[in-house]
Amino acid sequence: MKEKVKILDKEGVARAITRIAHEILERNKSTKLLCLIGIRNRGVYLAQRLAERIKNIEGSGVLTGALDITLYRDDLALVSGQPLVRKTEIDFDINGKNLVLVDDVLYTGRTIRAALDALIDFGRPKSIQLAVLVDRGHRELPIRADYAGKNIPTSKDEAVEVRLEETEGIDEVVIIGKELK
Amino acid sequence: MTWTRKDLLGLEELSREELELILATAESFKEVSSREIKKVPALRGKTVVNLFYEPSTRTRVSFEVAAKRLSADVINIASEVSSVKKGETLIDTGKNIEALKADIIVMRHNASGAAAMLARNLNISVVNAGDGWHEHPTQALLDIFTLKEKLGQIAGLNVSIVGDIAHSRVARSNIWGLTKLGAKVTLCAPKMLIPAAIEKMGVVITNDIDEALAQADAVNVLRMQFERDGETAFPKQLEYFKHFGITRERLKKAKKNIIVMHPGPINRGIEISSEVADGVNSVILEQVTNGIAVRMAVLFLVAQTQDRLANITQDEPSPS
Repeated sequence: MKEKVKILDKEGVARAITRIAHEILERNKSTKLLCLIGIRNRGVYLAQRLAERIKNIEGSGVLTGALDITLYRDDLALVSGQPLVRKTEIDFDINGKNLVLVDDVLYTGRTIRAALDALIDFGRPKSIQLAVLVDRGHRELPIRADYAGKNIPTSKDEAVEVRLEETEGIDEVVIIGKELK
Repeated sequence: MTWTRKDLLGLEELSREELELILATAESFKEVSSREIKKVPALRGKTVVNLFYEPSTRTRVSFEVAAKRLSADVINIASEVSSVKKGETLIDTGKNIEALKADIIVMRHNASGAAAMLARNLNISVVNAGDGWHEHPTQALLDIFTLKEKLGQIAGLNVSIVGDIAHSRVARSNIWGLTKLGAKVTLCAPKMLIPAAIEKMGVVITNDIDEALAQADAVNVLRMQFERDGETAFPKQLEYFKHFGITRERLKKAKKNIIVMHPGPINRGIEISSEVADGVNSVILEQVTNGIAVRMAVLFLVAQTQDRLANITQDEPSPS
């Protein structure tokens, strides 16, 4: 039996997304050059939800894309089991755009490093910002989030699980701790 | 589903799940070739050696493009200009390539089973690019990938393969792959070009091209190799075209949206008419494009197995 703590429930996730949407608009002033790029898998759904919120607030839509970073990882040999390479779908020109990368959890920063490399192969955006639902610390690279739904101090032997309606059928964030003695 | 094979030698030994994993991985790789910068760093620092004992341009170039789009370094060895001419054995050649610290050998050889023998004797990966009349797995995979892209799924499809079945590794790999994925395969050729006992592979055999086309969702037209026949070739070509050539008239009696495939190079007016080869039903050039995605997927999967194996060995405590 492992100890579990719920950090965000359905309402908490919704409030965090709404707040990030407002912050993105405040910082970028308009949706004119704004595009959201979700990192597979859950980042894609979070990006779509953010786009929806931004449309509700601002009245104008933003483009969204999906990025698979498997081919850019530095730890392919280390991960247990094999990650399935999935599709990258960015159907618009990213040159000169303000991109917001969206992911569920920010941890070591290596996923974001890979995502930055992947994006640069698509063009030269005006800026790249980072939005995450949860920042759990323990960075191994000089990377930080511009927008974080929640900062959660964790220890390395804990796991943070983000569950979304689209993937797990429920919106919540849970910390799973060490094995209880 | 995890890919655990160091080599890709044929489709006979693969499970349906393994076939589906390659196809799904290839689907993701296809997008890379549509980018402005057609390159990803997945195989950066890896060396791929194309070892070709038979002349081949399209397969070798396709593998080379695939490896380069994954950022691997590629070296081409053709048997005409290598030590093979000086009598070196295949295994010695392989061991030398391994000693150069190459990671993957892509091999075309005129002997059936050559790739399997090389793979048994080396630690590095071997990808079969055609061995004798045995198998040509990546060609069949790209045929199947193209079919799946066009028709959604393979299960339940009627696929006819027309032409020189007896001397075709493409046909053999296609039969293994298609039947495992649930397609119904019909072979159509003159009697002498149908190998004995091939019906044991679970296929239907006919000598009537109209019958082969009648129910087909797709027809894979194989190249006829009359060039070997010298002077007697021409009348044979005419005769073959008359009885088995895929023409617009014949397609009129088939399903309207029948997919026409050909592994290339095409002999216009021998196994297929120009009208059909260039017509709306033809996906021949799309097959070439898809070949890159499929070969990228295969190179990526075997390289990943290598990496994982290397990692496991490192982690093991040294014997004391």
